[in-house]
Amino acid sequence: MTTSAADLLANAEQGSSLWQDAWLRLRKNKLAVFGGAVLLFMIVIALLTPWIAPYSYETQNLDLGATPPSAAHWLGTDIFGRDVLTQIMYGGRISLAVGFVATAVALLIGVTWGAIAGYVGGRVDAIMMRLMDILYALPFMIFIVLLMVVFGRNILLLFLAIGAVEWLTMARIMRSQVQSLRQQEFVEAAVSLGLSPATIIRRHVVPNALGPIIVYTTLTIPSVMLLEAFLSFLGLGIQPPATSWGLLISYGAETMEEYPWLLIFPGSALTLTLFSLNFLGDGLRDALDVRGSKD
Amino acid sequence: MALLEVDNLAVSFVTRNGTHQAVKGVSFSVEEQQITAIIGESGSGKSVSCYAMLGLIPSPPGRIDGGTALFDGQELLALSEKELREIRGRDIAMIFQDPMTCLNPFMTIGEQLIEPLMVHKAVSRVQAKTRAIELLEEVGIRSPASTFNSYPHEFSGGMRQRVMIAMALINEPRLLIADEPTTALDVTIQAQILELIAELQRKRNIGVLFISHDLAVVADIADQIVVMEQGEMVERGHPQQLFSNPQHPYTRKLLNAIPSGQREAERVSPNALITVKGLRTWFHPQGSDEPVKAVDDVSLDIYRGEVLGLVGESGSGKSTLGRSLLRLAPVTEGSVHFDGTDVTALEGNPLKDFRRRMQMIFQDPFASLNPRMTVYDTLAEPLLLHGICDRKGLDGAIAKLMDDVGLARHFIRKYPHEFSGGQRQRIAIGRALATKPEFIVADEPVSALDVTIQAQILDLLEALGGEYGLTMLFVSHDMAVIRRIADRVLVMYRGKLIESGTTAAVFENPQADYTRSLLASIPSGHVAA
Amino acid sequence: MLRFILIRLLQALPVILVVITATFFLVRSAPGGPFDQEKVVIPEVKRALEAQYRLDLPLHEQYFAYLGDLAQGDLGPSFKYPGRSVNEILFSGLPVTAELGLYALLIALSIGVLAGVLASLRPNTVQDYIPMSLAMIGICMPSFLLEPLLVLVFGIWLDWLPITGWGDIPGDKILPSITLGAAYAAYIARLSRAGMLEILSQDYIRTARAKGLSEFRVVTKHALRGGLIPVVAFLGPAFAGLLAGSFVVETIFQIPGLGRFYVQAAFNRDYTMILGTTVFLSTLIVFFNIVSDVVAAWLNPRLRGQLGGGR
Repeated sequence: MTTSAADLLANAEQGSSLWQDAWLRLRKNKLAVFGGAVLLFMIVIALLTPWIAPYSYETQNLDLGATPPSAAHWLGTDIFGRDVLTQIMYGGRISLAVGFVATAVALLIGVTWGAIAGYVGGRVDAIMMRLMDILYALPFMIFIVLLMVVFGRNILLLFLAIGAVEWLTMARIMRSQVQSLRQQEFVEAAVSLGLSPATIIRRHVVPNALGPIIVYTTLTIPSVMLLEAFLSFLGLGIQPPATSWGLLISYGAETMEEYPWLLIFPGSALTLTLFSLNFLGDGLRDALDVRGSKD
Repeated sequence: MALLEVDNLAVSFVTRNGTHQAVKGVSFSVEEQQITAIIGESGSGKSVSCYAMLGLIPSPPGRIDGGTALFDGQELLALSEKELREIRGRDIAMIFQDPMTCLNPFMTIGEQLIEPLMVHKAVSRVQAKTRAIELLEEVGIRSPASTFNSYPHEFSGGMRQRVMIAMALINEPRLLIADEPTTALDVTIQAQILELIAELQRKRNIGVLFISHDLAVVADIADQIVVMEQGEMVERGHPQQLFSNPQHPYTRKLLNAIPSGQREAERVSPNALITVKGLRTWFHPQGSDEPVKAVDDVSLDIYRGEVLGLVGESGSGKSTLGRSLLRLAPVTEGSVHFDGTDVTALEGNPLKDFRRRMQMIFQDPFASLNPRMTVYDTLAEPLLLHGICDRKGLDGAIAKLMDDVGLARHFIRKYPHEFSGGQRQRIAIGRALATKPEFIVADEPVSALDVTIQAQILDLLEALGGEYGLTMLFVSHDMAVIRRIADRVLVMYRGKLIESGTTAAVFENPQADYTRSLLASIPSGHVAA
Repeated sequence: MLRFILIRLLQALPVILVVITATFFLVRSAPGGPFDQEKVVIPEVKRALEAQYRLDLPLHEQYFAYLGDLAQGDLGPSFKYPGRSVNEILFSGLPVTAELGLYALLIALSIGVLAGVLASLRPNTVQDYIPMSLAMIGICMPSFLLEPLLVLVFGIWLDWLPITGWGDIPGDKILPSITLGAAYAAYIARLSRAGMLEILSQDYIRTARAKGLSEFRVVTKHALRGGLIPVVAFLGPAFAGLLAGSFVVETIFQIPGLGRFYVQAAFNRDYTMILGTTVFLSTLIVFFNIVSDVVAAWLNPRLRGQLGGGR
């Protein structure tokens, strides 16, 4: 036991952090891995769309009209003769973008709000919670519809509106996480060591609160995408010439008897993506749930 | 013929990580109208054996590998689930450790109480209710009729355990299995419940299988003691025989771990390091006008170099007092002078400087370490924060700390969840010592540990106390531990200090009634040192 | 208990006020008015109409006048359909939407709870995987996707069920109710499964088994009470969601309910209609949330004391 201090780290056995344990558990979950793979695939396609789409976005072929899948058009064409595959790719860009950006907005606002309310507590927390309660009780669905009608279909507003709905639950989760962590003894120990509140939040609270936040974020994205699709379907979301999966589905629904592929393909794309996100989210929840073993 | 005869029972658990043999061929028996105690620490398989017999282990992943369990001549292991269900609650009844979680919070006490009766015997609801109320009275519940209609959360732990006992006995079973029934209860209540069980056993002539980790507790009431370690039975015999002439090394280890002896007050300097005057820590819970007076007007002195024991039951305020001294709980009124300065008035950097000089060791070693930091990170944090050493000297300082607390150096990169409870507590102690503090509050530092580990950690604390020249406030509910380690003792009850004196004075000549009842609750096994 | 409810109701008032105010000013601040889309109107007639609908008054005066009307329960006349008041239109659509919502909820609850409880009894087996996979589909497939598919399959290809109308042809209520309820059945299934799993791992379930109770009794008498509380708490948000979902379902299936009126009103800038419907629906949602909270709290004896009249 007389190794010198310098050898201390050299001789040390490698530990296995909780993140590593969780990652191993996640990898074993086949559904989650499947979901993650599909998601990655979708994202890559979406990013590369301008370069890899078979046809240009605006190309119409009115003579052709709507045709079922063929060699030239893998997923067929719509009533304007536009390639469905191209439409789905471009639509995916918008749908995924809305999903991720709006979630990011919700995440940012929600996590900050929740962390402050949870850690500071007391009067500040009470006020913040009251505000949240009022907002929470407002029937947002109705408001969004209203906003969309009133201010037109501005994509930026769409992000903001959706983000505004989702941040509430994110804040709630973060707050309850922070509150329960604050009472944990290792946070008390950090206080007794003399660390500043900022350091405690950064080093001790946030890393341990991340678990549920990550899970919820992964599950918020599909929820946001559904919302966008819903609004677009009602005619209140993305408007032409831009397209999204929701819009494509609404067009497809109109002509589903004659041209079912116009509904089935965009529908499958959306459902498949949502599946993947949900499987991934569930898998993350299971993997991150067990916080190491207790004696 | 014995009431219960278990021979060579083996149980294992099959999980994704492999097969774990929880019980490896254990044999014991319970005679009619006698109490057999099974003693073991966590992981000994003591509970698993009993649950498995009754089919209460979920069947994947649990699996009975072999052996026999004869109850009144009938082979339990060969019975079908339906047949076992008839025996459960009617011929063999169980009570469990944690009365808080073992009663259904959504059902009234009465509803749960009459259930075993109505399921196993053909009685009317009215008859069942009458019988239930009789039993509630028998177990010492004062207003049985209103208790019948109340919900579990309205009662204390001791009361709930009495209800559990009533529920177990309502069908007049031949055998009662009690799994750590007193472990989660306060010391004084423990004694009452033990007495109740012993009395009921005598009155009704039933056999009792009493599972516990505490040898001293069962020494009083058991006719036979079975010692288990890691799934095997290592020794059995009559308590007197076991205590006076233990055969197996593990049994001897258990016996040695029982805290014994009384500390000789020594090296107590006349200088008070800490002076507390009129301390009040009151909490105002939401939705209630009544403040919770956790610490109510407490004044005391702590002298340099001494170990001051603070003893009390749950709700006494002892933990809050310790935390208040360290500014971890908000002080409502009063002063705490540390080396001449009033700590309650400090903020910012001056407070930070004082924090360096006083530290805390917490009760739950798992919860007191950040699960995402390695041992290295945890020990480095205080060293760097207070500038105890610079980056270059860091490794050396950490190495010394690990040696001091008895942790192998090559564990340095591991995370808390990879250690056992005792090892984690060592890490926590190392962290507390990193800033070379003058004063340490140890809040129930060994209560969450296995008995044999407890002894090791107490030894460690005593040794380090001397080496580092520490003044210590040792908070505990365990009288025997306090007796061993403290120079002076303070007794708290409901937020107030009701007695103080040297260890010898308090233990041999208690002044307050409450202190007397605390001392009377110590199982004799402890005192017989 | 009464005190608790009263407090919640009082807390709800500012919420509703905020809703009314926000909606009012939002709608008015939008470009375009209710009469712009109509055929060209002679200026004098337009002015007269505006006077009749109080559009010539300053905005804040209109606001207070509206509040006054509201207090009397008068939601004002509709712009789009002169001669009909908002109250009238609302109440003609309300029973339809209510019925649709009720059926959807019943479907969601019965299928959801059954599936969730069954899945929780044998986790990680077929009995668990099948209901939960179906539930996943229910969550991932939006109603406006499910609907065309159901219509395609059952309405057109198999021709079993009618696809439009409400109450006209027998059986025409089935598809809309299922379409609306499907997603909620999925959520409820997952919620009840999670709730039951949590309860089944509690110590008192082990106590119940130790008493010799049959597994059926353990589940129904001991586990269900606690396990379904999350479902009850979910009913409040579910109600709000059902209302929103009804917008789409009513539009697709051409059901003359509140949802369809609302969407139309939004498009037509029918101020009073939008305002009236928003206020009405919001009040309903807030109220329902209170009910759901109270019931969920009441189901838990530990919280029941906080409701008032505790020991």
